[in-house]
Amino acid sequence: MPRYILRNKNKIALMSGVLIALGFLSKWTMGNQVLFEGALIMAALFGVAPVALQAYQALRVKVVSIDVLVTIAVLGAFFIRNFEEAAIVTFLFLFGAFLEQRTLNKTRSAIKALTELAPESALKRQEDGAFVEVEVDEVAVGDVLLVKTGAKIPVDGHVVAGEGSVNEASITGESLPVAKEKGSKVYAGTILDNGTIQVVADRVGEDTTFGKIIELVEEAQDSKSVAERFIDRFAKYYTPAVLVLALIVWLFSRRLELAITILVLGCPGALVIGVPVSNVAGIGNGAKHGVLLKGSEVVSALSRVQTMVFDKTGTLTVGKPVVAETEYYGDNIEEVLGYLASVERESDHPLAKAVLEAIGATEFWPVEATEVVKGAGIVARVNGHRIAVGNVALMEREKVELSAKARADVARFEKNGNSLVLTAVNGELKVLLGVRDRIRPGVQADLRRLKKLGVENLVMLSGDNQGTVDAVSRELGLTEAHGHMLPEEKAAYIKRLIEEEGQVVAFVGDGVNDSPSLALAHIGIAMGGGTDVAIETSDVVLMNSDFSRLPHALGLAKAIVRNMKQNIFLAVGVVFVLLAGLLFSDWVNMSVGMLVHEGSILAVIFNGMRLLRYRLSS
Amino acid sequence: MKKATLQLETLTCPSCLQKIDHAVKALPGVDKESVNVLFNASKVKLNFDEEKITIDQIEKAITDLGYEVKKTQVK
Repeated sequence: MPRYILRNKNKIALMSGVLIALGFLSKWTMGNQVLFEGALIMAALFGVAPVALQAYQALRVKVVSIDVLVTIAVLGAFFIRNFEEAAIVTFLFLFGAFLEQRTLNKTRSAIKALTELAPESALKRQEDGAFVEVEVDEVAVGDVLLVKTGAKIPVDGHVVAGEGSVNEASITGESLPVAKEKGSKVYAGTILDNGTIQVVADRVGEDTTFGKIIELVEEAQDSKSVAERFIDRFAKYYTPAVLVLALIVWLFSRRLELAITILVLGCPGALVIGVPVSNVAGIGNGAKHGVLLKGSEVVSALSRVQTMVFDKTGTLTVGKPVVAETEYYGDNIEEVLGYLASVERESDHPLAKAVLEAIGATEFWPVEATEVVKGAGIVARVNGHRIAVGNVALMEREKVELSAKARADVARFEKNGNSLVLTAVNGELKVLLGVRDRIRPGVQADLRRLKKLGVENLVMLSGDNQGTVDAVSRELGLTEAHGHMLPEEKAAYIKRLIEEEGQVVAFVGDGVNDSPSLALAHIGIAMGGGTDVAIETSDVVLMNSDFSRLPHALGLAKAIVRNMKQNIFLAVGVVFVLLAGLLFSDWVNMSVGMLVHEGSILAVIFNGMRLLRYRLSS
Repeated sequence: MKKATLQLETLTCPSCLQKIDHAVKALPGVDKESVNVLFNASKVKLNFDEEKITIDQIEKAITDLGYEVKKTQVK
């Protein structure tokens, strides 16, 4: 019976609403007072049943909940034969709960959409080689699974046969399809757009990257900030305090009506729900836009950041060297590039890769008598010519004369932060290439946005040489930039900022070699390409290593904090206005109080929902 | 000790949370420190001693309060 009543709370609310309407109808049209009171008594009795039941259950586990206040108020109203108030208050309370549930579901929609991406079934290879559909819980590490076009990949694993392209938006927030072939890694929760692949399961269920993301976001949405814990504690004592206050008022004034009105006015609904609502909607917005914010503590610290410290390689830059500048001397360049490519093809030096990529398709020659000069380059014989590929030191060793123009070019390339690759044919300089790591596209605009959002200092720390660091810093307009820094020196720098200058510091890194800095800073922000380390060690994860999510993350954090403050202000304000209205005027009674309360609860929920649509304005 | 995750019907009032929290913590065999009621995810996570209490008893404590348990995972 009790469970039946609670399960049908919404129907009871509807019934009580209809009875109230009928009651008023009979009063206005027929002037029938008996029918009116009868209908309202019925409505109140129906309505109070689920509320009283909840109150009883709460008291049994020693919690004074809102239900307790409302139940006592309604019983009091019955006692003074004010059936009208009793009926309307219970109806409003139930109807409000119904609306709350509906709207709260909306604020949680972002995370719900994410969890619904979780794979449910898989085609698993049996001993006879046939694939049979099983529940995803039955898949173990090492199982071979078949994934068809349009299906969700059920596990983290690697492709053993077939090829196709995968939409990895659920992991990276980026919906451009990624090509997969034998040996490629695939992630649970991503979708095979076309092709058919067979996958070996490396991690299953909650251990997959997708499982971890969901768990993280869920816990983040329910993590409590200092402010929230305070409100929780406050609410715990607040509700009993309202009860005591009402009792005292009744004892002294002997006005039961006034006492039960205080009970209704004192309901702390909007206050306890305001902050969690902002949190859930805001963190949900982040998850949808490739930003994982780990809890409201993180949100509040991020919103106050004064100094952002960046790692260079892989964070502000792409992390892969490319040929950025080129100079040619003399003619027959096409042929020389062919020789150069032929020599570089045999080297595994990181710069060689960049050079080969820059040259692209060309004519390759057999390479003979290769001699590697350590720390300088390579000398070899190609098509009868003596080819030297390397740095300035190699050219000196080979007695290559550099013209005045070439010397000026070398100086300029070096100043711009390039590593140099010179190519000489038979002792004559032909090609000068400047190779350097490229700045991520759009980083400049993103940094400007960060400044606009109130970040005072943008600092870069790098293990690279000061020349390169200065060049990048000039291009990006950073506040400070320091080179030659080891991971522990970066950490010491951040420690000094925090302890000696009292700054609120965020560190942005790739999460691999910067973990001390990530941990030390108030906010560790990891450029996560879906790696576990980044997801676990940091406070904020930018999915898919997308730097452009950083301004969104910061703007969002500020918007969430603003939203919470508005909600707290609204909730407290409403209680004050109602109490003032009760004490100094006569427009406040139980029904009005309940109406305004439910209205304020909906107002804070709607206010929180605005965060779902938050976007950083450019 | 086993670890349980219970998915409940959508929770809407923070005081439900308090009720569930108190009720579950009061059960013998449930590790009080481990109880975590997630409001937005509408989940209860806890560790329990399977020699002192069964998962069915824990579920019953929650359903007795009037909240539906939709799915339970024990590890």
